[in-house]
Amino acid sequence: MSNLNTTDERDLSTAGEQLSTAPREESATSVPAMGVIGWARWFWRQLTSMRVALILLFLLSLGAIPGSLIPQNSVDEMKVETFKGDHTTLAPLYEKLQLFDVYSSVWFSAIYILLFVSLIGCIVPRTGQFVGQLRGRPPGAPRKLTRLPAYTTWRTEAEPERVREAALGLLRGRRYRSHTVGDAVAAEKGYLREAGNLLFHIALIVMLIAFGWGQLFKFEGGKLILEGDGFANTKTQYNNFRPGTLFSDDDLVPFSFDLDEFRATYERTGPQRGTPRTFEAHVTYSEGVDGKPQKRVIKVNQPLVVDGTKVYLNAHGYAPVISVKDGKGKEVYRNVVPLLPQDDNITSTGAIKVMDGYRDADGKKTQLGFQAFFVPTFAGEGSGTMFSQFPALDYPVLALNGYYGSLGVDSGLPQNVYQLDPSKMTAFKDSNGDQLKQRLRPGETMKLPDGAGSVTFEGVQEWASFQISRQPASGWALTGSVAAIAGLAGSLFIQRRRVWVRAVPGADGVTVVEMAGLGRSESARLPEELADLAGELHSVAPTAPEPESEQTSEEPAEGAEK
Amino acid sequence: MNLAAATNENLAHTSNVLIYSSMAVYTLAFFAHIAEWIFGSRSKVGRTAAALKQDTAATAGPVVRVKGARQGGTAVLDRPEVVTRSAAGTRDVPDGPGAAGGTFKGDLWGRIAVSLTVVAFAVQAGGVVARALSVRRAPWGNMYEFSITFSTVAVGAYLVLLALRKNVRWIGLLLVTTVLLDLGIATTTLYTDSDQLVPALHSYWLWIHVSTAIICGAVFYLGAVGTLLYLFRDSYENKIASGGKPGKFATSVLERLPAAKSLDTFAYRINAAVFPLWTFTIIAGAIWAGDAWGRYWGWDPKEVWSFITWVAYAAYLHARATAGWKGRKAAYLALVAFGCWLFNYYGVNIFVTGKHSYAGV
Repeated sequence: MSNLNTTDERDLSTAGEQLSTAPREESATSVPAMGVIGWARWFWRQLTSMRVALILLFLLSLGAIPGSLIPQNSVDEMKVETFKGDHTTLAPLYEKLQLFDVYSSVWFSAIYILLFVSLIGCIVPRTGQFVGQLRGRPPGAPRKLTRLPAYTTWRTEAEPERVREAALGLLRGRRYRSHTVGDAVAAEKGYLREAGNLLFHIALIVMLIAFGWGQLFKFEGGKLILEGDGFANTKTQYNNFRPGTLFSDDDLVPFSFDLDEFRATYERTGPQRGTPRTFEAHVTYSEGVDGKPQKRVIKVNQPLVVDGTKVYLNAHGYAPVISVKDGKGKEVYRNVVPLLPQDDNITSTGAIKVMDGYRDADGKKTQLGFQAFFVPTFAGEGSGTMFSQFPALDYPVLALNGYYGSLGVDSGLPQNVYQLDPSKMTAFKDSNGDQLKQRLRPGETMKLPDGAGSVTFEGVQEWASFQISRQPASGWALTGSVAAIAGLAGSLFIQRRRVWVRAVPGADGVTVVEMAGLGRSESARLPEELADLAGELHSVAPTAPEPESEQTSEEPAEGAEK
Repeated sequence: MNLAAATNENLAHTSNVLIYSSMAVYTLAFFAHIAEWIFGSRSKVGRTAAALKQDTAATAGPVVRVKGARQGGTAVLDRPEVVTRSAAGTRDVPDGPGAAGGTFKGDLWGRIAVSLTVVAFAVQAGGVVARALSVRRAPWGNMYEFSITFSTVAVGAYLVLLALRKNVRWIGLLLVTTVLLDLGIATTTLYTDSDQLVPALHSYWLWIHVSTAIICGAVFYLGAVGTLLYLFRDSYENKIASGGKPGKFATSVLERLPAAKSLDTFAYRINAAVFPLWTFTIIAGAIWAGDAWGRYWGWDPKEVWSFITWVAYAAYLHARATAGWKGRKAAYLALVAFGCWLFNYYGVNIFVTGKHSYAGV
């Protein structure tokens, strides 16, 4: 009995073999053969096993977590600096573990590179096997069809050959790959499952390569532009420029644009008062060195695209127009000074730096610096603080306090244009001896003490900042992702299954038809499909009248005796 | 402008009333389900134990006869019948009779509960639509709107499965409880007055990306419930199979659930069906990010967590095909994956600042 069973098992496993190309599970404890090659083979087999792939997948998701909780250089460098300032003991440790650059760190890269090597090691042999299966034919029927997950049988007066022919025609009509082996028809369907599976995993590799390529050859830059000003796409024009490792300056596409107008609207009423509703940058751009000027509107979700380079609207703010007169009443400075927004209502700060041309009351050359605070909507006369109440220019107020002395710009160190370093400067004092501070409405002037001149708040302009970036191979990433979804759908929704139809002359000369189905996973649809097929075949080869002897009809179902 | 604002507020108010009304009806459905479980507990089923004891005697799974032919009736009486057989080594336990336990009263209360759920669903869906009309945009601009849509879709998916005559009524009680919880949180802590969107959300991708995200979450939830109950039912079956005797309450509840194998298959089918859609959601988000923020992938916290969720579900799907990981271990992975989804929604929105900060809280 046990002997018979093992033959049966072997028979069944032959029937089910190559129904997928999933790797056979290696025992994790198998001891490798001695020697370097033995170890290498063992290592390779481990790496490409499903078990290790699972562990790597798990590590990948685990490794991604810190990057979402700890500030990242790639996302916001300012935040990283703040964090480092706040956590003096933790920061060096994090730095060592590359926790500020998780997604480009050695350990994170190691995980995904290993995962992809494992993936390649898995899909290359599987592709080979699959091609072999496509060339080959479904295996012949196992001896005992009764042991398969779905089974049916009946007796018919039709000839066995006729039944097999009909079955072959039926299965081919249903797009099964079928052929006759001995006394049975073997058929298989659902090859697209494996094709989808392979496509999905190959698409993942394409996506990874495209993403990596894009990171290496990308560039990203920021530019702040005042209304009425323009920009040409050369490196020197950027306020900041972050190229990928392999980016070369020749990759910058020549184009230029002018910011004609910036429009913003905000919610005026309700609890969400002040929430922005529209941001529009009206620009005139021209492609190439001197292309035809064209008008466009750049919105938050609608970048300007010039030859693969995209111009995004990033932020906006206000820039007061400031003029400064010296002690003799001569205008020595007139500039539009962009200020940086500090909150949602665009309370802004910045610095006004008068570098040269200014002489004080005594005619002595010196430099002037002003710290500027600006609110587009001031709360009201007397009661207002320098915090804006609304982001639009409803009641603009500029507050200034002034210094004279050295701005420190000659020291050679790069200086933040939005910050004043008053360490080598002296504050202007008012008549009470306090620091001179004044709030100005547009058109108003602040007199500097002792005939040192005056500062006038002439008006306000708007500025918009743009992010200009180019990430090559995004087309490939998109293609890869579309292929990944298609492959995934194929590999999850298509069932691969085999059907056998055996027709042999029974003991009493009546044909016995047996049908059985086998799927990769136990599918609820397999018995249904088999019933359907059996119904069709049954209409061609209907059940023969019951024989007198009961024994013969029982025979084919012997496996079911329990 | 003023006129439009007035209409908006009326509709927004209507939406709120509808959401509160649906909560009332869901509460009734909750009690009806409780009644179903209580009346159902009075029947002595004891089928699982019997089947498992029989199972230990037979080495291979018993043969189950199913109706093969789709069209029933007398005309096809002589059609061949398909016999199915489980793979060797798997436990073949029949599904439990459901919460009603085969009792008439239990079944009646169960039907009442489902009917109430249908009513509540209709009211809640009306609330979501009214909210959308009040702002004339997709109603997914903040966490409140996302939450009310989320539970609407979860209930909708459950009702669709019921309508398809799938054996899913056992989800009812847990689902209604969760919906009440979700709506409770939505109306109290997450509530945001209906209003227009910030410019970053002005895109047709809002319709695509956010709607699929909601559908994925809602259906993943159903899968997670299946997985959780699978774990309980599986340990119950294991205990009986090894000769133990589970507690009285556990027996009463668990013997009425579908067999562990059915629950596992249910959870797998749900998760496998939604996984491609979740992949699509992430990719749609990446395309949108490419238009809105100048890069399609930038490791923003929301992106990171949707990636983690994706990897966790991928690990689950792989685990089910891996010897030594099938069954309970794979089920734990599925729960972890759903936990990641939940964290991505609540955790990332509330505790982590990133570019997806539209929570309105």
